Formats: sequence, structure tokens, C-alpha cells
Amino acid sequence: MAEPLPGPAPAEGSTRGTVPDGPTLAARLGTTARGLAVPILAIFSALVIGAVVIVLSDVTFFERLQSDPGAALGAAVGEVLRAYRELFTGALGSPTDYVDAFTSGDPDLIRKAFVPISETLLAATPLIFTGLAVALGFQCGLFNIGAEGQLYVGAMFGTFAGFAFAGLPWFVHIPLAVGAGFLGGALWGFVPGLLKARTGAHEVIVTIMLNYTAYNLISWILKVPGYQREGRSDPISKVALDSSWYPPLVEGLRANWGFVLGLVAAIAVSWLLFRSTRGFEFRAVGFNPTAARYAGMSIATSTILAMTISGGLAGLAGTSIVLGVTHSLTFGISSGFGFDGIAIALMAASRPRGIILASLLFGALRAGATPMQSLTGVPIDLVVVIQALVIMFVAAPALVREIYRIRVPETTGLETFSQGWRA
Amino acid sequence: MTAVAATAPAVIVDRAAIRRQRILGVAYLVMGAVVAYFLTSNIKTDATSTFVLKPAGSQGGLDIPSLVVPSMLTVYLAAGICAGFGAIQLIRGFGTRWSVVLAVVAVAFVFAFLTWAAAGKSVSLIGILQLTVQKALPITFGALSGVLCERSGVVNIAIEGMLLSGAFTGAVVGSATGNNIVGLVAAALVGGALAGLLAVLAIRYRMNQIVAGTVINIFASGLTSFVAARVLQTHRELNEPEKFSSLPIPVLSDIPIVGPMFFSGNMFMYLLFVLIGLIHYGLFYTRWGLRVRAVGEHPRAADTVGINVILTRYRNVILGGVVAGIGGAYFTLGSTGSFVHDMTGGRGFIGLAAMIFGGWTPIGGFLASLIFGFADSLQARLSILAVAVPSEFLLMAPYLVTIIVVAGLVGRVRMPAADGTPYEKE
Repeated sequence: MAEPLPGPAPAEGSTRGTVPDGPTLAARLGTTARGLAVPILAIFSALVIGAVVIVLSDVTFFERLQSDPGAALGAAVGEVLRAYRELFTGALGSPTDYVDAFTSGDPDLIRKAFVPISETLLAATPLIFTGLAVALGFQCGLFNIGAEGQLYVGAMFGTFAGFAFAGLPWFVHIPLAVGAGFLGGALWGFVPGLLKARTGAHEVIVTIMLNYTAYNLISWILKVPGYQREGRSDPISKVALDSSWYPPLVEGLRANWGFVLGLVAAIAVSWLLFRSTRGFEFRAVGFNPTAARYAGMSIATSTILAMTISGGLAGLAGTSIVLGVTHSLTFGISSGFGFDGIAIALMAASRPRGIILASLLFGALRAGATPMQSLTGVPIDLVVVIQALVIMFVAAPALVREIYRIRVPETTGLETFSQGWRA
Repeated sequence: MTAVAATAPAVIVDRAAIRRQRILGVAYLVMGAVVAYFLTSNIKTDATSTFVLKPAGSQGGLDIPSLVVPSMLTVYLAAGICAGFGAIQLIRGFGTRWSVVLAVVAVAFVFAFLTWAAAGKSVSLIGILQLTVQKALPITFGALSGVLCERSGVVNIAIEGMLLSGAFTGAVVGSATGNNIVGLVAAALVGGALAGLLAVLAIRYRMNQIVAGTVINIFASGLTSFVAARVLQTHRELNEPEKFSSLPIPVLSDIPIVGPMFFSGNMFMYLLFVLIGLIHYGLFYTRWGLRVRAVGEHPRAADTVGINVILTRYRNVILGGVVAGIGGAYFTLGSTGSFVHDMTGGRGFIGLAAMIFGGWTPIGGFLASLIFGFADSLQARLSILAVAVPSEFLLMAPYLVTIIVVAGLVGRVRMPAADGTPYEKE
């Protein structure tokens, strides 16, 4: 007992493959390639199944299939390609637009050509935050399914700070509103963390219940005089003052500095998890709580702190919407960003760098979906189907292995978080 | 050493129990204070509250008089009940009868609230109660689905997705074939198929069960919304199923209060009662149930005595999916009559909460569902009454109560020991 306990550091580091200066460059590239194999094949498989869904949901397809199978199949393939092309150009812009814009040299045209990319960045911004929120929980062995509720409470606090303090310069007002949003989300994450640590209440159930509690809270506050916009009978908040708005990245485009804040948050979470003592404890608790306890770490402290920070990050997702896009709080500011965060964290294996990439992908899907629907009539919800399939394939690597008969890693690093309802 | 061990249980006081007792006592006192202070405001001293007990549409039958109570007196009486039980709870506790006392206090609180809301007015109490049972139906189907899955050791968080796809399939197949029974069967099959997917992912690929369930929820929401937007918008004839008509049971439906609540519904209601009975009997009184519970509690031991753990789990999860699919069909074939995207609105998650609340038993799940159904029903009625209290706080109550129950602040529920753990043969 007298001799110091060997910390789980070496084992922890090597199993997670995060040791920076070990293997050769070639070996590291190989690891990266194999790590990317599952997500890429997952996206590919999801797009293929999505195509099948598009074709099968076309009522006329079956009629034409009987009269002229060849033409029917050709038309179906054409429809799928058209839908995916609009999805793609809606997310990244069309090459011809870029060429035309740059050859003409008209700044207005150039700006217009970049609108799709701006929309993608805009849609990706809240996803980065909710993805980070869920991932931080995963790393500590917690499943935060309540990012949606934390997002709303964060947005509620952020909006309040946005409209309640007049006359502040932007460099005071923005941090104030952002901090309020973090605080709101953190509060909504602290409760399940505390209950889990003190009573063993499963965080999945508590966060689901807190989601509904948050919806009702928002529904109430949007009718409270002083919060509700004057002269309106519908549930909508006052407008946040423009000194609290995230400034646009480029004048005239909607993408704003909220995205940059998302990148900063990703770096901060990365540092917290992989460079700080506290983050090491989070991961140790998530990886093996028993070992962590024997090494003298407090599971309760890690649980409470991780859930609180996770909630705060989700709250920042709320501010990225109310301070960056809508400038006021209503129902429906989040169309499932909290739940997409789960998908993103899973896809990125809870690594901050992966979360940025996965958020850009999901943001692109969201941004491209609207033009796809208006131009080809394929409903937006296709994107949701694709997302669900992507997570399914990413979370079950064995499935990808069986379909493509290739060697992929046994695990995607997600197996560490809690099993069942137990504390 | 042995002497200490033998006497220890008598000396050790269950500190958690004492804490629970104190929390409950304080909660009752607070409820009493809330009732006495808030619910007596803006009531005239001579006002009466009228509760109509005769169903609105009913002709003939017994003439049930309305219940008329003096508002002020009733509210103060309810406050007295809450505070009195709170005081006794704080001083000496109620031991094992705490749940009965909790129920009494809760009823007193709710009745005081209704009396206050109805002061000087007339409220159809029977309408609220009838709506309670109707709102509780899909939640109970969800809870039963959860009981079947989790008793065998598989966490089913995908109830929401199964309800939603059941609702969708019931509407579309019911309209396409013009036969709502075919629609119901199809809904059950689709629920079973989704559950099969959950089972394959969770059991064969050992995917984390909560992740697998989440995937199915997202998938079901996306696919039903997609097809609804792409097909049902233009082909409205595919979204007009014939609803199951209500079938009042001859004698039973004439019983005051209970009759209109439980014996005047449509086929879904009776199917639910049969299922509750069957699952309760099956789980606790048959060989099948013993085996299922053994698999959920200690799969290794079950395997050792020759029970096929994997097969039991597949069978139970798929059965659970079938039940959830039927429950989903209630939304379209039993209630509203056509599919709207995301129409289940989180009832599956509430069903999950009801299952936990009800201690992983069918009957407990049903009773818990009634509480959630009551909150739903009250919301619908309060908006008609134009009550000054923010109804949102009332609506929060069931969720907060679930959190309190899960946290073990009031009583403790015990889950199947192997719930959520994949089984691997050695």
C-alpha cells in the first residue's frame, strides 16, 4: 500500500492511439487511413440506401417499371443523380458559378457564389458545439442525450443577456451573452451530473426528462411579459441587441464568427481532454471507473464536471443560433441539433478534430437539403435518413466489415461508455 | 467478528430511507402551503365548483348527478390533508405504506387544483378522466414494449421510432387496403421488423443498445417524414384510413365514472387490457416468464441451466416491437385518423419513463401511464378553462416526478440486473 499506485497512463494512451511521437509517419498514415475507412464507407453505403429510398418512394416508378423497365430504371438513376447533384451544389456551390463569378470580377457575383459554403458553415456551427458536448460526455462514460434541452436553456439565457443590457460595446456584450448561454446549458447539464454522482440516476433518463422540462420552460418564458416581444401574441422573444450579434465572417454572407468560436471550442475541448490532468481523469473514469477510483480519482467529481461542461457546450450551440442567425428566441430554433450532436460524436469517435469534419459534413447535408427539395422535389427528410444510416454503419464496424469484406478496426472507440441503466 | 456482523443490521439505520422520509415530509408541507396560499386566491368565499360526472354525449343510462363542492372549504381541506400527512411523515414516517400516502396527497393536491380552476364554474370531470385514459393508451403500449424487451436484458430506447412507424404503416396500409385490421397487422409487423433490426444490431453486432435505439428513432422519424412529404402530400387517399369505432361494452359501460373511462373505448383499449393481463400473467406465472426474467437478471446462470439466452432475447425484443407497432397504430387508426409527421411527439420516451416509474411491470407501467395521461388531458382542458396558472409548470410535473423517482429520492425501483449488457457465450 505504501508504494505509489501505478497510474493507468501508459495503457490508457496506447489503447487510444493518441501518443504523438511513437509510430513512424507511414504507420500513422496507415492508421489514419484505416480510421477513415469506416466513416467513408458508411457515408457511401448511406448514400446508396438513400438512393434506393428515393427510387422506391416514387409512386410512378412502379407503373413505368411494368411498361418499360429500361426507361424506368434510367429515369430513376437520373432522378437520384439530380437530387444528389443539387444536394452537393447546394452545400458547396456550383463550379460554373465560381468560374463565372471570378471571370466577371463582380464582387456581388463572387459573394453570391460563396453563399452555399456560407450556409454550410452556418449549419455546421451549432453542430460543432453539440457534437463536442456529446463527445465530452462519451469520453467520461456519460451519454448526454439532453443536448437539445441544454441548447434551448442556453439560448434562453443568451437571448436574455442579448436584449437586457443596452449600451454595451460589442466586446463586452458578446462575451456576456455567450457566457450567459454557457451558464444556462451548464445548469441543465449539472443537474443530471449531480444526480448521477449522488444517487446513481441514469443520465439518459434524466436528460430525456430535462429535455421536455426545457421545452415547457421555453414555452412559458416566451409568454412572460418582459421576455416576450412587445405587441406580439405568438411565442417569440425580444430581439437581441445588435451589439451582441456574432459579426459575419464576410459582409453580406450569413456565416459568422460563431463558427470560429466553434473551432476555438474544439481546440479547448481537445486540450482539456488530451492535455490536462482533469481531462485525463475524465477519460480514465470513462474507460474504467474501477481503475480510476483505485488510482485515487473521484468518479463523482468527474461525472458532475463533465456533464456541466457538456451542458455548457450545448448551451453555446444555442447562442450560436440566437446570436448568429435568428437574433431572437422562438420554438424551432433547433431542428434537432442536439440529436445530430449524438450522430456527430459517434461518427468522430468523440475526437474534437473528427467532430469538426463530421459537423461540416452534416452541415453540408442540411444546407444542401433545402435547394434539393425546392429544385427536385425530393424532401429534406432524406438527409435525416442518410444521417441515421451513417451512424448505424459507424457504430457497428462489424457491419461494414461484413458488407465490404475488408479489415477495419474492431472498435471505433465508442465502447467505453455506459452499458444499460446502471449507475 | 461474527457477533458484530449479526448485530450490525439492527444498529445500522438506513440513512437513505431517513433522507427520503424527510424529503417527502417537507414536500407534503410545501404542497399544503402552496394549496393554502395560491389556490385560495381569487376564489369568492361563497363560490362552488361543479364537476360534471355524466359523459357529454351519452343518452339514457343512469342519470349521474354532478358533484358540487364549496370551493374555499374544499381547497383548505386539501391543504390540511397535505400538511397533516407531511407533519406525520416528518415526525415518524409511514414505513412501507409511503406509496399509499403519496397517492392520497397527490390526489388531494390535484383535486384542490381542479376545485380552484373550476371555482364558480362547471368542469366536466368525466371528460378529463376519459381523455386521461385515451392519452395513456399509446404510452402504455410503449411501456409494455419496454417491459418485454428489458425484462430479457435489452434496453429499448427505440420505442418512439416503433410507435411512429406503426402510426405511419397503420394509416397507409389501412387506407390502401381499405381495411383497418390489415393496417393494424401491418403496423404490428413493421414494429416487429424495426425491433428485429434493433435485436440484430444489439445482440449480433453488440452495438451499444442506446446508440442502436437512437439510430432507429432517427431513422424512423426521417423515413416516415420523407415518405409522408413525397407520397402522402400528393396521394391523400393513402392517408385516410377508416378509424376503429368505439365499442361500448353493454353492461360495464353503464357503471358511473369507471364505465365511460374504461369500457367505452375502441378496440385498442380492450386489446391493451388483454395485453396487460397476458404479459403480467406470462412474466410472473409461467415457465416462459421465469426464463425471460432469468435471462434478464443473470444470463450466464440461465445459459448454464440450458435456456437459450440469445433466442430468448430476439423473441422478446421482436414481441416488444410488435406491441409498440400496435400502439403506434392507435395514433392513426384509433385516434386522429391520418398521419402527420412526428405525430407521436415523444410518447415513446414517456412510455420508457412510465416503464421505469412502474418498476418494469406491466400493471405499474399502466398506472404510471395514467399519471402522464392525466397531465396531457389536463393541459387540453385547462386551455379551455383559461386558467391563470402557467400550464407549462403543470406539464413539467410528470417529467420532474420521473426524475425524482429515478434518482431514488422517493422509493427505489429495481431494474433487471443484466439490462443493457450484451451476452457472450464463453
